Amino acid sequence: MAQELVLVENVDKSYWRDSLEIPVLRDITLKIKTGDFLALMGPSGSGKTTLLNMIAGIDRPSSGTIRVGDVNVSSLSESALAGWRSSTIGFVFQFYNLMPVLNAFENVELPLLLTKLNKKERRKQVETALGIVGLEDRMKHYPNQLSGGQEQRVAIARAVVTDPELILADEPTGDLDKVSAEEIMVLLSRLNKEFDKTIVMVTHDPRAAEKAGTQLHLDKGELHTE
Amino acid sequence: MKILKIVARNARRHLLRTSLTVIGLAIAVMSFAVIRTFVLAWYSQADATSPNRLIVINKVSLGFSLPLSYYGKIAGLEGVTGISWAQWFGGHYVDESNFFPQFAVDQNSYLELYPEFIVKESEMEAFRQQRNAAIVGRKLADRFGWSTGDKIQLVGTIYPGDWDFLIAGIYDGETELIDESQFIFRWDYIDETMKQESPARSGYVGSFVVQIEDPSQSAVMCDRIDALFANSSYESLSQTEKAFQLSFVAMGRSLVTGTEVISILVIGIILLVLTNTMAMTARERISEYAVMKTLGFRPFHIVGQILGESLLLATIGGLLGLGLTMLLTPIIALALGTFFPIFKVAPVTLVLGFLAAILVGFFAALFPGIKAVRTSIVDGLRIID
Repeated sequence: MAQELVLVENVDKSYWRDSLEIPVLRDITLKIKTGDFLALMGPSGSGKTTLLNMIAGIDRPSSGTIRVGDVNVSSLSESALAGWRSSTIGFVFQFYNLMPVLNAFENVELPLLLTKLNKKERRKQVETALGIVGLEDRMKHYPNQLSGGQEQRVAIARAVVTDPELILADEPTGDLDKVSAEEIMVLLSRLNKEFDKTIVMVTHDPRAAEKAGTQLHLDKGELHTE
Repeated sequence: MKILKIVARNARRHLLRTSLTVIGLAIAVMSFAVIRTFVLAWYSQADATSPNRLIVINKVSLGFSLPLSYYGKIAGLEGVTGISWAQWFGGHYVDESNFFPQFAVDQNSYLELYPEFIVKESEMEAFRQQRNAAIVGRKLADRFGWSTGDKIQLVGTIYPGDWDFLIAGIYDGETELIDESQFIFRWDYIDETMKQESPARSGYVGSFVVQIEDPSQSAVMCDRIDALFANSSYESLSQTEKAFQLSFVAMGRSLVTGTEVISILVIGIILLVLTNTMAMTARERISEYAVMKTLGFRPFHIVGQILGESLLLATIGGLLGLGLTMLLTPIIALALGTFFPIFKVAPVTLVLGFLAAILVGFFAALFPGIKAVRTSIVDGLRIID
């Protein structure tokens, strides 16, 4: 039986605008098992990206705890969070967020610069990651020389190159056409099934969500199970 | 692939903006170095003085003369090892714009007191033999293409009329600090003429140059010389040669101070320009920094990128500015040779110019760097959902 990888317990999150408190998430409790592929759905402003960010340790809950594996993410310092993210989390952004001055190879190599791997070992891992996403022949291409779908595949290669336990994807198909979106979803499904990656994906797209094993809905900061 | 590679590539992203910033930096550093060279040139004559030489002038002002009869009294003082005299001539060559320092001096003693003026003995002999002989500095001779044996004419203003001279010799400075733009001729040439044309002006000199045995006694010697002529019709004012030269510098001190302030302002302005460039750069890349932070990069990586780019621009701009300075100063030296006989970029100026550029690069990165680090990942990614 699969173990729990992510445990979100009684999490509340509010933002403050001047003296006005804006609640975003209310009493969220969620368990994600190793190997799960979870789709978080919900209308804009429902708090799904905020929840994803808190699991990634780039935002903090107002109250409650978030654990990933044995780590209490909400209690780590910024510096410790940075180190933890680099080894544990692979993040895929809606708008790819590749470095425009780096080619595909260099973009994928970026997270490996924080490891102790030597140049040869880094090259091997980058080539493997780009091979998984089917872009071995685009290594020297810069982001502006790639299509949106290809850029997102490079971003996914960057997310998996450190072999993280958890992949967090924020609307990975949100900026893509139907065909490219389908390709990305096939790729994420493959990462989940073939490489046993646990994936949490935020999406508006019901077709994308169908690829996930579990779908959860957030509405007005509250979680609803499908 | 390293962070430095990202820094170098980022610097080329907005080539026009980067180029303009680098050019601005180069011009600022060049201005700083040229102005500093100008200030050093202003003081250079004082640096070339000897500590054992005193200058004695009329207490009223340099425009008034002293009787040559003071010579014996000063020479007789204990501690005086040499004495000579000089008179400012104030003429021009062919055209009024051809101005250069001209001194009528005693042919037997003056250059003995200035061993830093290197003259061949044969030329000194010719100088002593002919009353209208002149010794000229190497730079001055080069400027007008004069050589030994040439006959030239100066138009006098303090001593009106056309004055014919024979170039008897050319002196070289012992060091590069020595002014090689002087025209030195015999005082008896004008004095003999004055005896005939304006007898009341005969027998007077502009200043005495007094060599003393012990430079540490210069203040005492000045007092003793001035005491000799106290309450006379021609009271004297004695000072060290350095103090005498600095009195000229003091006349333009406000100009020099103003110039120095401008050089600092130029650096201040370029600091603002580079800060603005780096702030724009950091603002445009705030989402990239957020992505890097998401991937696990630390604040020092982010600050390192901004600081690296700022220092790269500052270094290129600084080196370019110093290169321009080296190209420009010989041209300025040629144009201002009469006013600034020594106009040369000092090594310390190059070091200061480069340091100023590096400091500008460092401080320009501070504010954008702090802002980039303080911006949260969420704000950087603009995730509001």
